[in-house]
Amino acid sequence: MAKEHPTPMLDELEKGPWPSFVTDIKAAAKAGKDACADLLGQLELSYKDKEGHWKHGGIVGVLGYGGGVIGRYSDVPELFPGVEHFHTLRVNQPASKFYKTERLREIIDIWNRRGSGMLNMHGSTGDMVLLGAFTEELEPIFAELTAKGWDLGGSGSALRTPSCCVGKARCEWACIDTQDICYTLTMEYQDELHRPAWPYKFKFKVDGCPNCCVASIARADCSIIGTWRDDIRIDAEAVKAYAAGEIAANGGGHGTDDKLDIQKDVVELCPTQCMSWDGSTLTINNAECTRCMHCINLMPQALRPGTDTGATILVGAKAPILEGAQMSSVVIPFIKMEAPYDDFKEFIEKVWDWWDENGKNRERLGELIQRLGLAEFLKAVDLEPVPQMIKEPRSNPYIFYKEEEVPGGFERTIDDYRKRHAR
Amino acid sequence: MAERITDIGPPKYDEMWPDIIKDNYGKWKYHEILEPGVLKHVSETGTELYTVRCAGTRLMTTLHLENICKIADEFCGGFFRFTTRNNIEFMVDDASKLEPLKKALADNGALPIGGTGACITNIVHTQGWVHCHTPAIDASGIVKAVMDELFEYFGSHKLPAQVRISLACCLNMCGAVHCSDIAILGVHRKPPVIEHSHLDKMCEIPTTIAACPTAAIKPAKVDGYKSVAVNADRCMFCGNCYTMCPAMPLADADGDGIALWVGGKVSNARSMPKFSKLAVPFIPNEPPRWPSTVEAIKKIVEVYAADANKYERIGEWAERIGWERFFEKTGLEFSHHHIDDYRFAMTTWRNSTQFKFTD
Repeated sequence: MAKEHPTPMLDELEKGPWPSFVTDIKAAAKAGKDACADLLGQLELSYKDKEGHWKHGGIVGVLGYGGGVIGRYSDVPELFPGVEHFHTLRVNQPASKFYKTERLREIIDIWNRRGSGMLNMHGSTGDMVLLGAFTEELEPIFAELTAKGWDLGGSGSALRTPSCCVGKARCEWACIDTQDICYTLTMEYQDELHRPAWPYKFKFKVDGCPNCCVASIARADCSIIGTWRDDIRIDAEAVKAYAAGEIAANGGGHGTDDKLDIQKDVVELCPTQCMSWDGSTLTINNAECTRCMHCINLMPQALRPGTDTGATILVGAKAPILEGAQMSSVVIPFIKMEAPYDDFKEFIEKVWDWWDENGKNRERLGELIQRLGLAEFLKAVDLEPVPQMIKEPRSNPYIFYKEEEVPGGFERTIDDYRKRHAR
Repeated sequence: MAERITDIGPPKYDEMWPDIIKDNYGKWKYHEILEPGVLKHVSETGTELYTVRCAGTRLMTTLHLENICKIADEFCGGFFRFTTRNNIEFMVDDASKLEPLKKALADNGALPIGGTGACITNIVHTQGWVHCHTPAIDASGIVKAVMDELFEYFGSHKLPAQVRISLACCLNMCGAVHCSDIAILGVHRKPPVIEHSHLDKMCEIPTTIAACPTAAIKPAKVDGYKSVAVNADRCMFCGNCYTMCPAMPLADADGDGIALWVGGKVSNARSMPKFSKLAVPFIPNEPPRWPSTVEAIKKIVEVYAADANKYERIGEWAERIGWERFFEKTGLEFSHHHIDDYRFAMTTWRNSTQFKFTD
C-alpha cells in the first residue's frame, strides 16, 4: 500500500489547464516513491503554516569535489521520514539542453533507484537537478553518473555551469557557435567548476545574438553575446513581399495573417533612426545601426545579421544580494570567437586573477568593479577605455588624477608657495 | 578505492542532435511560426524543421519525463530538448508528422502546446516550499495558479509583445527575475528572530555581520551569549544574514508575502535592457491558489494588452505613457514604498516638470 498524506490544499492545484506538478508527484507516490508522498505531505504542511520546512543547508558532497551537491534536511523529519535528507545533485546539462532519450534514460534509471524520482528540468543556471537524495546515496549516484558519462555542475564559490541559447543548432540569428563556446569553457575550466576557490560564484552565459534569449545581460558575470560588425544582409525581393503582405510580420509571432507596416513598425521603431523606406526599397545606414535586432525580428525572411561575426563581451551582472542588482556592461565591443578561443581565455583568466586577488568574501565581480572602479578593472585586464563602454561620460568632477599624470607631481612646499602668495 | 571518474564534464552537445540538426548546423535561414506553439525553420539548403513547443512544469518526476521520452521516441527519433524557460520542444523533419505528434501531446494531457510569439510563455521559477531553505513564498503553486488564469495567452499570439513572467521565492532571486516584464518576488517584512543560545555555535559572526547590505547587524552579548543584535530600523528583511547564519531565520506566516514588479526586459531590441520596477509592494501568501496575486497580475496584463502599441513591451509602454499613467490605468495604489531609498535612489526621482496630471 503506497504511502499517502491527505493534501486538501494541494489537491486544489490539480484543477486547471496548466500541467499540475501535484498530479505528477502524486502519481510517483502512488507508484511507490515514499519520498514523493512525504514531499507532498511536507508541502501541504508548508501551505498550512505558510512557512517552508527545510533546514538551513548542511555540507554534503562527493569526495574530491567542493560543489555540485546541495545539502537539504527536513525540519519535521519525524512526520516525513522520506524527506529527512533531501539533497540535490546538479548534473551538467548538454549545451542547449538537447537530449537523446537513450542517454536521458541513464539518468532516469539511476535516479529512480537511488533518489526520490523528482527532478527540475532544469535549474535556473542550466543544470539538470536531481531533487532529493539521502546522504548515503550521493557517492553511489556520482559513481553511476560518471560511469555513464555525466558529471556534476558547479555550486558555491566556484565557476557555475555555463549555459547557452539554442544558437546555430536551430536559430538563424546565431552569430557565434554558442554550444561550442559553452562546452569549451566548461571543459577547460573543470577544476574551477568543481573546486570552489574564488571569492564567490562566477557565471558565464552565451547568447547567440542581442535578443539575449539566455538572459546573459541580466545574470552573467561574463556575458558573451553574438554580434556582427559589417552590414545587415537584405533580400530586396523579400522586403517587397513583406510590403505586399505576402509574408507575415515578425515570423508569425502576431499571427500568420499579420501584415507588416514597414514604415511604422520597422523604420520608426529603429532606435537610431538609421533606416529608410521609400515604398519599394529598404535602406539601412549600417554604420549608425546598433544591432538591436528589432528589424531582423520583424522581417526574418528579408533581413539577416551580417557575416563578419563575433561577440560583444560584457561583465558584472548579478541579482540584488549584496549591493543591488546589476546588468553586465560592455568591456570588449567586439572579439572574434574562433575555436579554441585563446584570446577570450587569456582575457577571462586576467579577470579571474584580479577578482580573486581583490575580491572580498562573497563579493561578485560586478560588485568589485563598482567598489574599485571600471577604469581600474580595465587597467587590470589590459583593456583600453573606449566610449562603447559607457552610456555617457561622468558628470561628477571628482577625478582621481595620479601623481604621474600631473607635471611636477604632487611634491611641493609651502615655502615655495608663499614666495608668490602672502599669508 | 576503485578508479574514480571525475572532471569529465557534460556529454558533448552534438551527441544529442538528430541528423537534421547536425546537417543544418549554422545554416538556418529563417523561421515562421505556423500557429501558436509550432515553429518551422528553413535552412539555406531548403531543409524544413518543425518544432512543437509544450509547457514544461520544470518540477517533474521521472514518470512524466519518461512519458516525454516516449513521445520523442515515437515521433522524433528519440531526440528532443528543453528551452531556457523550461518548455519542451519536439522536433520533426516532416510536416506530415505534426498532426500525429500534436495528437499524442494532447492525449498525454500535461503537455499543452504554445509559448511562441507574442504570448505569455512559461514562468521561470525557483524552488519555493518544495525545496528552498530561505523561501518567503512557494514557487510551483503560484506558477500553476497564475498560468491557469492566464492560460489563454500561452496558446495564442494576442498580446502587443511577449510578456515574460518570472518568480523568485526570495531576494536571492535565483534565476534573476530583476529584468522581467512581470516579476513575482517573495519578500519578508520582519527582521530575523535570533537564537542567541546557538548562534556562535552555528555561525561565523564576522561573516554574518558582513552579509548585511545596510550594516544593520553588530556583535552583541545577549543573555550571556556571544551573539549579534539587529538594528530593526536599518533592516530591510533581505534575509542575507540568514543565508550566512542558520540561527537568524526570517520566515513568518504573517510577515511574508509577494511583491509584484513590472517593466523589465533583457533583450536589446529597440530599447536597452531594463530592470523591473515595483508595482505592488505586498500581497499576503494565500495558498493554495493565491487569488489576490493572480488577480493583480491579470489586471496588469489586460490593461497593458488593451493600451500598448504593437511590439511594445510592458516597460516600454509604461515609459511612453509615464509611470503616473501606469498607476492610474491599472488602478494600483501608489505609496511611499514605491519611492526608492537605497543607493542610486535619486536617479529615479523626477527632476523635471514633465509629468501628466492624473485622477
